[in-house]
Amino acid sequence: MKSGLKRSNAPIFWSLFGAGGMLSALFGPALVFITGIAVPFGFLLPADAMSYPKMLAFAQNLIGKGFILAVIALFLWFAAHRIYHSLHEFGIHAGLAAKLICYGSAFVATVISVVVLLGLGF
Amino acid sequence: MTENLKIIEIEVLRYNPESDQEPHLEVYSVPFSDDMSVLQGVQYIKDNFDGSLTFRWSCRMAICGSCGMMINGIPKLSCETFLRDYYPDRIRVEAMAHFPIEKDLVVDLSGFIEKLESIQPYIIPKEPRSLDQGEYIQSPKQFNDYIQFTSCINCTLCYAACPQFGLNPDFIGPGAIALLHRYNMDSRDGAAAERMELVASEEGVFNCSAVGYCSEVCPKHVDPANAVNINKTNAAKDYFLRFLSPKGGAK
Repeated sequence: MKSGLKRSNAPIFWSLFGAGGMLSALFGPALVFITGIAVPFGFLLPADAMSYPKMLAFAQNLIGKGFILAVIALFLWFAAHRIYHSLHEFGIHAGLAAKLICYGSAFVATVISVVVLLGLGF
Repeated sequence: MTENLKIIEIEVLRYNPESDQEPHLEVYSVPFSDDMSVLQGVQYIKDNFDGSLTFRWSCRMAICGSCGMMINGIPKLSCETFLRDYYPDRIRVEAMAHFPIEKDLVVDLSGFIEKLESIQPYIIPKEPRSLDQGEYIQSPKQFNDYIQFTSCINCTLCYAACPQFGLNPDFIGPGAIALLHRYNMDSRDGAAAERMELVASEEGVFNCSAVGYCSEVCPKHVDPANAVNINKTNAAKDYFLRFLSPKGGAK
């Protein structure tokens, strides 16, 4: 066995990436359909399906909060990881700076989401 | 040789470390018959045009894994790739990508050999076993768990295919990880935890970005990409659960 091996911290980012990838594959298209097509065009769903009171109630429910947080944060961690690795694959080895921008923005957005969701009350 | 031989142009990457600054291409017109492989094409060049052309080969039947080359940019065993499939176009034959070239089509595999050694590619029993305990009994299911990964012939085509190995030569890479997985999955072996140190390291599985080209070019259908990705899950489990396990993989 080689000596001086350093354990990679990739599992943290890889798990968030994997969870986000799975979630976006499962819910992404449905969310685009509901929020972008069905509700605005009154197609299949009632026009007030996403009205302010309904959405506020959704965001004040614990499960609703969890769903919104997962959809925002995990999608972003997924995107951050994908972009960071694509840069590397295209030969742009921006190193720490790229890492900070990619994962940093996902982290900041996660924190903002948590703060806003908690701020909405229960 | 019959009179109805066709002529194909073979462009070969040449590099002589003693005289050349960098590799260059040379074109040879090679008469061929429909049953001739690319390997036979370069052998024809060596026998008839330039005896200094250097390449590795041995079995001519896709089992020794020596004759890997980039053929029109795709990693292939030259013995099972046929000139007729490229005719009438010119065919380009180069040394395997991502490896340092020693001479012409011969690459330096010492890095790969080191990696092969580092994964401990042998059965390390869970506990010492004496002869009078008899042989190990393995069920068909246990056998099926690892048999696919034993087919590797160390041709390193998967390394020539792997963009991440190209970017980071320290990456243990698809072939060695597939073999590592082969021993981990063997019911007679007990060293998966030991090998985990390498799997989870910065040289380990997380260099892979799941391109999957390694499995596509593998002439033995080992599916190294699958082995790498199973071990990503294993390494992630080990990362998060190491503090809970009684033995503790934590270091």
